[in-house]
Amino acid sequence: MTTPFYVPPEQLMKDRAEYARKGIARGRSIVAVEYCDGVLLLAENPSGTLQKIGELYDRIAFAGVGKYNEFESLRVAGIRHADLKGYAYARSDVTAKGLANAYSQTLGHVFTQEVKPYEVEIMIVEVGDEPAENRIFRVTYDGTLYDERRFAAIGGEDEPLLAHLEQAHAPDAALGDALGWAMEAFRAATEREFEPEDWEAAVVDRTLGRRTFRRLDPGELG
Amino acid sequence: MSAAVPGDLLPTGSISPGESFSALLRARGLDPRWEASAAGGLSAPEGTTVLALRYGSGVVMAGDRRATAGNLIAHHNVQKVFPADAYSAVAISGTAGIAAELIRLFQTELEHYEKLEGRRLSLEGKANYLASMIRRQLPMAFQGLVVIPLFCGYDPDDDTGRLYSFDVVGGRYEEADYAATGSGGRDAKLFLRGAFRPDLERDEAVRLAVEALVAAAEEDTATGGPDLRRGIYPTVVTVADDGLIELTDDEVAPVARAVLEEAGS
Repeated sequence: MTTPFYVPPEQLMKDRAEYARKGIARGRSIVAVEYCDGVLLLAENPSGTLQKIGELYDRIAFAGVGKYNEFESLRVAGIRHADLKGYAYARSDVTAKGLANAYSQTLGHVFTQEVKPYEVEIMIVEVGDEPAENRIFRVTYDGTLYDERRFAAIGGEDEPLLAHLEQAHAPDAALGDALGWAMEAFRAATEREFEPEDWEAAVVDRTLGRRTFRRLDPGELG
Repeated sequence: MSAAVPGDLLPTGSISPGESFSALLRARGLDPRWEASAAGGLSAPEGTTVLALRYGSGVVMAGDRRATAGNLIAHHNVQKVFPADAYSAVAISGTAGIAAELIRLFQTELEHYEKLEGRRLSLEGKANYLASMIRRQLPMAFQGLVVIPLFCGYDPDDDTGRLYSFDVVGGRYEEADYAATGSGGRDAKLFLRGAFRPDLERDEAVRLAVEALVAAAEEDTATGGPDLRRGIYPTVVTVADDGLIELTDDEVAPVARAVLEEAGS
């Protein structure tokens, strides 16, 4: 029997965090931007089939960057959690806050207990009846939970994206304006040009009835 | 990491992706279960007549609003026709409490699949799934707690409306033109046999559905006709290429009034 080497916990956490950050930095970013009727999610995603943005529940959407299989399993887990809760209680009892907490717990658990941390960063956005009731939560690889307002970004280029959105964002904008700002932020942050097929975009929009999630088709992303 | 993780963690990886919502409920011990007992003879409120018929490339589905317990009226305004998802509808007859729960489960199941897979189940897939849900209820049917649904929807693959009827053992039958079930189902079907035409417009089909319910209410005490005094009208939905549309009371009321007036004259 061999005695394992002693590794100080600080070092262990640092190594894990660095490992996770490296993985996420390679991923292409996603931004969330509030507009008058809801919240827009825009991702750079050349694949039309492997999606980064998805519907969790009536008013709640999910977005993830990093390793596809890991954020996909988180998306599926979120849908299960939401549908179980909505079925056991009532649809209005499923909230972004509850989901964000569950994600935070899960990612925190994986970060400290599992062999390797998840190389992901995720957002959970919810559209409220009023703009003030919109929610944008961001959860990092170690389970840290952030409550964002107006706009948020995840992935490798989050800082330049946020810097640009800080300049551009105004409250109560139309969807087209929000989309324009988000795309312009990507252009400024990456110094690249994009085709309509390079985007994946969706909204949670309070004017759409019970299920507020809608994907934008390439025609709207010109 | 499924069973080992404490309380409120998300169910990652515990069930392979793509498995049904019911499987998830069963794994958690939350699936609706009615234990069959040998005693039997239980009397629970029953939903009565529902029907569906095709028009153009769509389907109209309608149901009366009465629930009965023995020879008593248990409820005057129950709902028996429900949206299953954006392109299909389901109606129930039989033991109301069980049927309502099955429908809630069916609705959640369809949406769960759609969200996980990023596409809707095919119309036939939905009908088959509903059949399997009814099949699982067979022990309850032996206790006299029978649930029989009708299912209809728009099939985008060949631009047509389809409707399915079921039997108590979960048999699933696609119907060509119209279907009806419940205590007044036989009378409704007799009426539709005489009145159905393949070239109906949507408005005509809605009216025909209401007429068939009124005809059933004439013969069957368990079927409630339109109640003008209380303002209780049949539930009517249509499903076509533009999706499922639930008609409001304001839309059904004039049709019901016209049908009643004609029947009275």
